[in-house]
Order: sequence, then C-alpha cells, then structure tokens
Amino acid sequence: MSWWHRLLRRRRMEEQLEKELRFHIEEHTKDLIGHGYAPVEARRQARLTLGGPEQVKENCRDARGTRWVEDLAQDVRYALRTLRHKPGFAAVALCTLALGIGATTVVFTVMNGVLLKPLAYPEPDRLVAIHQRTEKYGEQWGISNPDFLDCRRESRTLAVGAWGYGGGTVVEPGAAEYVEGRQISAELFRIFGVKLPLGRAFLPAEDQPGAAPVAIISEGLWRQRYGGQTAAIGMPLVFDGKAYTVVGVAPGGFQLDGEADVFTPLGQVTEVRMQNRDANFLRMVARLNPGITPAEAQAELAIISDHLAAEYPRSNAGRSFRGEPLRRELAGNVRPALWLLLGAVSVVLLIACVNVASILLARAVSRERELAMRVALGAARGRLVRQCFTESAVLGLLGGTLGVLLAAAGIRPFIVFWPGSLPRAAEIHLDWRVLLFAVGASLGSGFLFGIAPALRVPAGGLDRALRAGARTVAGGSRRLHSGFVAFEIALAVVLLAAAGTLSRAILRLSKQDAGINIHNALTTRVALSPGIFENPAQMRAAWREIIDAARRVPGVQAAALSDIIPMRGGINSLGYWTTPTSPASSQVPLALASSVTPDYLRVMGIPLRQGRFFNDHDRGNTEPVIVIDEVLAQHAFPGQDAVGKRLWVHALGPAPVRVVGVVGHVRHWGLADDDQSQLRDQMYYPFAAVPNSLMHLFSGFMTLAVRTSVPPLTVLTPLRHDLHGATGDQVLYDVRTMEQLSSASLARQRFLTVLFGIFAGTALVLACIGIYGVLAYLANQRVPEIGVRMALGATAADVVRLVMRETCVMVIAGAGAGIAGGLAAAGLLRRAVTGVGALEPLTIAVVVGVLAAAASAASFLPARRASRTDPVRALRQE
Amino acid sequence: MESKSDLPQGTLDLLILKVATLGPVHGYAIAQRLQQVSRDVVQVPQGSLYPALHRLENRGLLAAEWKETETGREAKFYRLTRKGRTQLESETANWQRLTEAVGLILRLSEGGAQ
Repeated sequence: MSWWHRLLRRRRMEEQLEKELRFHIEEHTKDLIGHGYAPVEARRQARLTLGGPEQVKENCRDARGTRWVEDLAQDVRYALRTLRHKPGFAAVALCTLALGIGATTVVFTVMNGVLLKPLAYPEPDRLVAIHQRTEKYGEQWGISNPDFLDCRRESRTLAVGAWGYGGGTVVEPGAAEYVEGRQISAELFRIFGVKLPLGRAFLPAEDQPGAAPVAIISEGLWRQRYGGQTAAIGMPLVFDGKAYTVVGVAPGGFQLDGEADVFTPLGQVTEVRMQNRDANFLRMVARLNPGITPAEAQAELAIISDHLAAEYPRSNAGRSFRGEPLRRELAGNVRPALWLLLGAVSVVLLIACVNVASILLARAVSRERELAMRVALGAARGRLVRQCFTESAVLGLLGGTLGVLLAAAGIRPFIVFWPGSLPRAAEIHLDWRVLLFAVGASLGSGFLFGIAPALRVPAGGLDRALRAGARTVAGGSRRLHSGFVAFEIALAVVLLAAAGTLSRAILRLSKQDAGINIHNALTTRVALSPGIFENPAQMRAAWREIIDAARRVPGVQAAALSDIIPMRGGINSLGYWTTPTSPASSQVPLALASSVTPDYLRVMGIPLRQGRFFNDHDRGNTEPVIVIDEVLAQHAFPGQDAVGKRLWVHALGPAPVRVVGVVGHVRHWGLADDDQSQLRDQMYYPFAAVPNSLMHLFSGFMTLAVRTSVPPLTVLTPLRHDLHGATGDQVLYDVRTMEQLSSASLARQRFLTVLFGIFAGTALVLACIGIYGVLAYLANQRVPEIGVRMALGATAADVVRLVMRETCVMVIAGAGAGIAGGLAAAGLLRRAVTGVGALEPLTIAVVVGVLAAAASAASFLPARRASRTDPVRALRQE
Repeated sequence: MESKSDLPQGTLDLLILKVATLGPVHGYAIAQRLQQVSRDVVQVPQGSLYPALHRLENRGLLAAEWKETETGREAKFYRLTRKGRTQLESETANWQRLTEAVGLILRLSEGGAQ
C-alpha cells in the first residue's frame, strides 16, 4: 500500500488496526483459558501483556509515515475554527493582510512583466542591444549607418541588425492617414526570431539602394486596409509618397520602441545622413551566434570599435560599442521607480504583519494557561509550536488569497495610471510567477507574525503559568508589544518622510520656470502631402502656406515651425567649436539644435536677452546666422558679448555661422530633468537655411506651434480644417498643448508622490490601528493596577497621563529610528528620481507632528476608558 | 517472569523477519513463536510488536493479507517479500559478524585475566 493509499484510506486503516489487535487479544485469551485460567482473568492477562490499546494504536499510526499530514490537517481545521469563533479579529487581520499582500502583488506583477519575464522571442537571453559609449557624453543609444554596416560585416560573434524611425502618410488603399513606420535592415526579423504570419521578410538584395520598393505591414494595417486577405501580398501600398509592394505581414504585438504599421528596408534609404558617421540615428540589435558568450561578443565589439576609431579618428575616436541584454534596455528607466515602489509596499506589508503579530501575541498571552495545561498533559512542545505556525500560515494564506483578488482587480488601473507608456505593458499579467510570489509573501508574512506567539509556548515553569490563574503574566509581553508599536511607527515615519520629500520636490519643481510660456500654446505635427516629396521648392511653399493658414485661424496670434518641441522629447544635437579647426567629434561640445521659423520666439514666449531673432531675410543664400541660448553663450564665450561672434558648426557647412542673438534657456528635458542633463547648450538656426537636399528629411520632423488668445485646444478643429492642403491629404497628428507637455515632464515624480502618499497614508492608518489595539490591550491588562491606584487617590487625569506616557515613549523611540530610516530612504529617492532633494528638517517636523497627532488620537480612547475604571469593580475582578 | 532478557535494540525487526520466512503468519503467532523458540528467555514486548510489524510493512519488507485461520477467523497474515528476504540476509550476516566479534573480545579478556 503506497503512502498516498495510507493517507487517503485512513478510516479503513483504523478499522483494520482495531480488528487486528482484537484478534490478538482474543487468541491470547483463548490460549490462556486453555492453560487453565478463568475467562475473566485470562482476558485481563491478555490485555495487560499487549499494553494500553490506545498507546499501541498511536505507535502503529506513527509507523504509517502519514502522521504529519494528518496533524497538519487537524491544525488547519483547528485554525479555521478559531478564526470563525473570533470574526472581529479575523476580519481585521485578513483585511490588513489582504491590503498589504495585494499592494505588494500589484507592484510585483508589474515588475514581473516589465523586468523579470523573458522577452517573448525564441532564446530571448541571447538578444543584445548595442549602444555607443563616448568619453564625454556617456551612454548613447544611437548608432550611425556606416558604423552599423562595418559592425555587421566584421562581427563573427553576433548577427547584427538595425532599425530607424520613419513615419509617413498612407494614401492608398483607404483614406489618407499618418502612420508610424520603421526602417529595418533585412535580417531584423530573423534576429528576433519572429516568423511572419503571412508573406516573407526582406531579402538581402532588397536591402540595397535602388532596389524595388517593398514593405512589410502590421497585422492591424493589414486587417484595416486589406481586409485581412491573403491576396494582400503583392498588392501596392502608397506610403510617404512612394509606391511599395507589400511582401509580408508582421505579427500583431511586434514592437520596435512601440508598435509601427509600415516597415521598409533600411538599405533603400538614400538620405545624406546614411553616409555620415556622426549621424547616430539608428538602433542596433544583435543575437549572439551559437556557442558565443556575451563576454566574447563584448571583447569583439571592443576590437571593432578600436579598429573604427583608428580608421575614422574624426568621428570615432573615443567611442566604443557596448552590448547590453535587450531585456534590460527595454525596461529602460522604469527600473528604479519599480524598485522604489516595491520597497514602499513591502514596508506597508511589514506594518500589516506587525499589526497582526501584536494581535496574535495578545491572544497567545491569554492562552498561556491553556497551552501550559496541554504541555502538562503531555503535548510535545514542538507540536504546539507547529500548531501556532500552522495557524499563522493559514491566516497568511487566507489574507494572501484576498490580496491576490485585490491585485487582480487593481493591476489594470495601476497600469493605466502609470505616467507615459509602460514598456511591455501587454505582457503584464497575473501568471504563475506572480502567484508563486504571492504564496511566498503570504507564508513569509505568516512566519513573521507567527514567531512571537509561537515563542510564547511554555517550555518550563509550567507551575507558574498554571498558578497565575486568571491573572495572566502580562508583564512578559509588555515590552514586546511596545517594541511592535515603536517598530510600526518607525516604518510609517520612513514612508511619510519619503512621501514628504517627494511632495516637496514636486512643489519646488512645478514652480520652476520652463523658460517658455506654457499657457495658450498648441503644437501639432503636420505630414505634408506625399505627392510633393520629390520637389523641395513645393515643400517649402507648403510649409509657408501652413504658417499663413494657421495665422488666419481666429484665436491664433502667432504661428511658427520647429523640428524640436521643448519637453516633448526628440533630439538633434550638433557639435560646435569657436575656431575653424575642431578636435575629434567625440571631444566637440554638443548643442541641442532647433530649426525654426522667425515667429518661434513669440509663439513659445522665450525671452530675447541680446541681439535679435531671425526674420524672413535670413535665408540659405545670405550669411548663415544662428541664435544661441544663454547657457551656450556662457560656455562658448564666457564673460564676453556673444552677439557678432562666429561659431563653426560642422553639420551646417564648412563656413562659420554668425551669432546674431542670445535667448533664454529652455528646460527642454523637462522641469525635473533639465538641470541634470548632459546636453544643455541650445542653438537655433533658420528653417529657411535647411538645404534642398534635406528638405524631405526635415519635413518629417517639423511641428507647427501656435500661440492663441483662446484656450488652445479650441483652435484644433479649424486648424485641421484649414490645413488639409491643396490635395486634401495633408494630415495633422501628435497634438499637444505646452501645458500638457510641461505637466507630463513631471508625471513620474507626481505619480511616485501620489503612490508614496497612498502608501504612507495606509501605513499611518495601520500604525494607528496597531497603537490603538496594543494600548487598549495593555490598559485592559492593567485594570487591577489602575483600580488600586484610583482607590489610593489617583484622579482620572492621572490615569490618562499614565497611559499616554506609554504612547510618548513608543512615539519617541519609533520616530527616532524612523527619521534615521527616512534619511536613508530620501537618499535612495534622490538617486533614483531626478529633481528630488534631501530630507529637509521642515519635512521631518511635519512628519513627526502628523504622527504624534495620529498616535495621540489612537491612544486617547484606551486612555479614557482606563480612566473610567471603577476601582471597586476592578479590585473585585482580582 | 524471573530472569527474562530484554531484546537488544533493533533486533526485534530481525526476529520478526526471520519468523516470517516460515510462511504467512499473523501477529499473535509471531509473538507465540518468538517466545517458544527462545524458550521463554526472550521477552517479546507485545506493545511494540504491532508498530514494528506496521513499520516493516510500510517499508515493503513484509506484505500483509487478510485471510482465514484454521479456526475460520479472519486475521492479518504477514509474509516476507523479496526485499524483506534480502534485508534479512544482510541483517543476519551483520548480526553474526557482530556476535562473533563480541564473543572474540569476551574470550580475549577472559584469557588476559588468567
């Protein structure tokens, strides 16, 4: 009979055991009678020889090897019965735990989806993102096309691919609409290991200049514009003014920094920047070749970088390629925020555990006599300790189950609430990892709050416990209980301090000047009619017409174009130098360069410090001019008047450019991040100076910005109407007000502040519940003592003071430890979240004040109840 | 009940296995036989007989079956399994080595005293 049989057929086993022993006794009795014993005496003898039947049975049961499971089942039943008998206790404990475990599970679910889960590609751990590192500017994600081609050709350890951004208007089939696009090298799908559900990937021959235009479309576009038909393969697609042949359909959910609808071969792009080693606009992805370790690949990348640096010192000196697991790159900068949140919810869970522990401890103290009795009657101490732990594990698991239900409900709102787009958001689910985590958290919590009660199981000194009678030995738990409360207070202070520090940061940051007037300003990208892309003069005319048409819209005061909009992200950095001979490009200082039209300053409300801004006469054929911001002026011409000076900007041509004006600095990287940014120098050059050869490229970047006298979004509909162009296929997209962009630039800080606020509030409430519970319990234990005091003349006020003094001690101890922890937490925050300062004394004062008030409120009720003790009744209770 | 020896630790299992080689036998018969064969020298603690039987059964050294006795009563009969036989052989060999060694030592110390 197997172990499982023995476990599951317990009743039959018992019956057979009974029968076997009965047989033995009866046979023995018969033999004894045969030897001349009287029947009664024979039976007595037989029983005596066998021994106590219950004891024999117990030993037989032990021999079965299923004992511990039976004990466990018994303990679980006992635990459930206890919970049912104390519904109040059960409700408080379960809600507290459900809250703690639920919140922790939500944060872990997000971490699991974003950081921990392997990517949804075959052999995901062999995928590598390749970045560049420069001595001056640190890690850069972009790679230039010539560097990519050399890398791909030279690498033996990696299969290398690359992609770049590129969107455009699709006009056929269907209505004109702007869609996201990606330019990809032929091997990209193979590197990811992604199979196309329909059609094929690009061939190497198609990834060449002059090859026939082919495109791969997303599953969404395929369904929407081709009716999801197989016949779509080979059909035409007119995208970005060019007729492509559809050769494949990319699987739904395939992402390259967000989803795209049209993929075109990178090698067919003929823009000038494809030949420029300083134009780092591609992203490089690679897969480790079979049998290659990441270290080997990294070593080879270093050799390739050295080789390129030797061959092209101007552009490549001081640059090196670095591989990083793709999974880590995708998680990007949400990693520190998630770790912070996990830390914060763990603290909340810890407080919940302490609360439950203190209730359980109180119960354990009141059960001390019962336990002592059971030990005296022969129960093994280990068995009782095990029972205590079983009880807390049951409690933990029940709380955890509720917590998982809470988490299942809470995960979607949490993701939606997350500022910006959460990477891999579609992969965030409650899966087995999350459930495993929740079970772990539940059992871990159960163990944590089960220790203290389990240790109360008496080992010796039974007589003392038994003799104490109804008067429990409360003194023993008093110090532990106070310690619990102090610990809870400390944890709450840590969270309050963190939340306070974040709020201070938000207050300070949102008061910061963005360097522009964010009110009444609207920005929108414009996709020109694809029909004019072959003709630069027509594109220029179209842009001029857009500005004029926008200006005519009622409510619009000024309109301008820019390729870069503050706080929207987006970057075009150019190197500059103050003499004609500049060093290698990794040594040249970089400035954020915006190509703008003359009214840009007016639209954005950027202050002019010196000189002038552009006018309609600054064109490509006059002396090249630029306007710089005060930061660049300070760097390039410290202590001098910058207006009239000359700068050499390689990308704008070999001739120097004349500085005609200095304007205020714009917090391009957002209110919080700009101060820490590497790239703070800013320069502006006239859009009119963009050469014809780059007109098509720049037309993809340009954004229309308007200043309005009315709420900015109200001009959107007339703008859309008036700007659809001569052929009706000119499209507005990506519409934002500057207020939205400014507020979004603090979204992460605001999000963390709100969440930490919620966690800190929860922690405070839990701590107050804990303080209330413990004081009520301790005061109740002291009723006889208080009775004596009052009988001896203590007043009600004296008693209140007596109880409140206890609170004071706990608050002081807890707050002291908490402030130390808060300083550490603020240090972490400061490192992980830009724009956060140190923990300020004012914050500490507010936190401690809030906490002291809450703690006094929580302890007042028990104190008052104690002060109303009737001395006579209290003494009689003795 | 004078001058009966207690069983040395761990030998009860060995004796039970040995008795079970004679064929299917029930618990009471095992107790009887142990007592008879040892000429009442060995006191079988009957209280530990059944836990030992159950333990051996769970370890697969004995197999049990409910059968009728000659007197027509139903009883649980134990029988040695193949695994049990192997175990018995190795335990017996162990036991003999041990007793021989102990006997040698005892004789040696007698010799030394003379």
